[in-house]
Amino acid sequence: MAIGTAGRRAKERPSLNNRLKPGDWLFNALTGAGAAVVILVIIGVFYELAHEAWPSITANGASFVWSTDWNPSQNVYGVGAFIIGTMITSIFALIFATIIAVLVSLFLVEIAPSYIARPVSYLVELLAAIPSVVYGLWGIFVMGVFIRDHFGPVVVDYFSWVPFFDGTPLITGLFSACLILTIMILPTVMAVSRDVIAAVPRSQREGVLALGATRWEMIRMTVLPYARSGVLGASILGLARAVGETLAVTLVIGNSVKVPDNIFAPAYTMASVIANQFPEATDLHRSALIEVALILLLITFVINVIARLLVWKVTGGQRVVVQE
Amino acid sequence: MAQNNPLLARTQGLYRRRKLVDRLMTAAMIGAALAAVIPLFLILFYLLKEGLPGLSLDLITQEPNRPGREGGGVHNALIGSLIMVSMALAIGVPVAIGCGIFLSEFGQNRLGGYVRFVIEVMAGIPSITVGLFVYGLVVVNQGHFSAIAGSLALAIILVPIIARITEEMMLLVPRSVREASYALGAPRWRTVLRIVFPTALPGVLTGIMLALSRICGEAAPLLFTALGNQFYTTDITAPMDSLPRRIYLYATGPYDYWHEQAWAMSLILVTVILVISLSVRALFGSRVTVRQ
Repeated sequence: MAIGTAGRRAKERPSLNNRLKPGDWLFNALTGAGAAVVILVIIGVFYELAHEAWPSITANGASFVWSTDWNPSQNVYGVGAFIIGTMITSIFALIFATIIAVLVSLFLVEIAPSYIARPVSYLVELLAAIPSVVYGLWGIFVMGVFIRDHFGPVVVDYFSWVPFFDGTPLITGLFSACLILTIMILPTVMAVSRDVIAAVPRSQREGVLALGATRWEMIRMTVLPYARSGVLGASILGLARAVGETLAVTLVIGNSVKVPDNIFAPAYTMASVIANQFPEATDLHRSALIEVALILLLITFVINVIARLLVWKVTGGQRVVVQE
Repeated sequence: MAQNNPLLARTQGLYRRRKLVDRLMTAAMIGAALAAVIPLFLILFYLLKEGLPGLSLDLITQEPNRPGREGGGVHNALIGSLIMVSMALAIGVPVAIGCGIFLSEFGQNRLGGYVRFVIEVMAGIPSITVGLFVYGLVVVNQGHFSAIAGSLALAIILVPIIARITEEMMLLVPRSVREASYALGAPRWRTVLRIVFPTALPGVLTGIMLALSRICGEAAPLLFTALGNQFYTTDITAPMDSLPRRIYLYATGPYDYWHEQAWAMSLILVTVILVISLSVRALFGSRVTVRQ
């Protein structure tokens, strides 16, 4: 880089630039301090959580990770049920958000003229600006009521023969959480997959169209294979967000420590059990909740790393800023 | 003719099928686009419908009543949010800008790669985990909940957002501008502070505003740090209330007037966030968008 060579040249002729050095040194130190703080915070987060969770780690042992028995009054703790709750809600959200996001992205890139594409994509992105707690409020009083009174009964009437569909629809429950998470991660997945799909070279499309393919055949044969790993990265970024989502889920999931046995049953995710129980927790209960947070942190960490690697791979190793 | 020629009939049948699949998928795409926009309108519609009746002067000037007694307002939560968000900006912005400048100026090497990776990780930490970290770091050691702990948690959330945008905006400044400054004999720090950073400033401000609109709505990191407070306070070492936390409290509460106030607070909050987001859009174009 030019700046680098400029710096090196300055070093070669110290007599001319000597008086400039203290300023540069101070500047390096100050900006470097900013970077150092960030690194310290990350190390601090892992250390602090591990430290606070230590009593629970030693008391509960490895079975904490898979045991589904969570009973604070008897000091029995296992995070299994919450991992199941987190997995069901996030994977449901991941699948549906990805399907919708890819279709919307295709619409924006392949079909819509720019005077429609721009406002539509902006409106979807605005979904990301709405605070989690407002989603929760809306999820209880609007979506939850709709699911209990209209959507749920219809589903149960027609699909109760399908396993896990024969529940009693309430305002809050697993299904409400799945649905609210789908809406919440949609903008994240859409923004990235739209960019990835737009990056498919034009010549690819034109080649297939020239052979007489319909638009959908063109999309299926060139756009989707080309964009596949980028879309996968996008959806995993969405997954990371869904896994860590707290308040909206806490408000609509119904809060039960039991493993849910149908899609309308109340449940807990890892984040929501922390939000709901931490204020009243003491001693080992508190430490166990922090261990839940530690596991949650490790899971989101791994998911994020995988997602970034995938997105980087698609963009040819170049760094793109993926905001969430 | 088609009836006489079986091959042609088959081809035409195939063509019709291909055409039909194409039509169906086009319809699916348009349908998905509509489905993706509907939730936003539904949320905004209900915010207005349920929130507008609850808006009143009392809401923003009164303190909450004893639970169960109708009336009262959320003055304390409004002021609390304002104080904690400003403190979070005061703590987080210098660190984030320092970090962003470091990455753009000295980050084209392995160390920069690590810092960049750490920032990505930091952006991915669930906000509730940030709250627990600050709880362990500050609240446990201090012995009580405080507004300063809440601001610290919010600051941790906004640092990666602003740092990334700062770096990106600094790198967008043309190299020729820097070289012109070097050619005039300016040292690097003056070049960066007087030439490059001011050029990148509009972009950095965008980043700050986006981060601001993000932390305005965060309640999860405040639950175990600032806790909440029934009363108005400006003491930053005491527990302090905030708008999103009070919405959370009222949404789960049993009283109808709580729900009404929760809707009204949400309307205020979303209006503030949308105004920030739209003005960023209007001022700086579509390059940067709000993503929580």
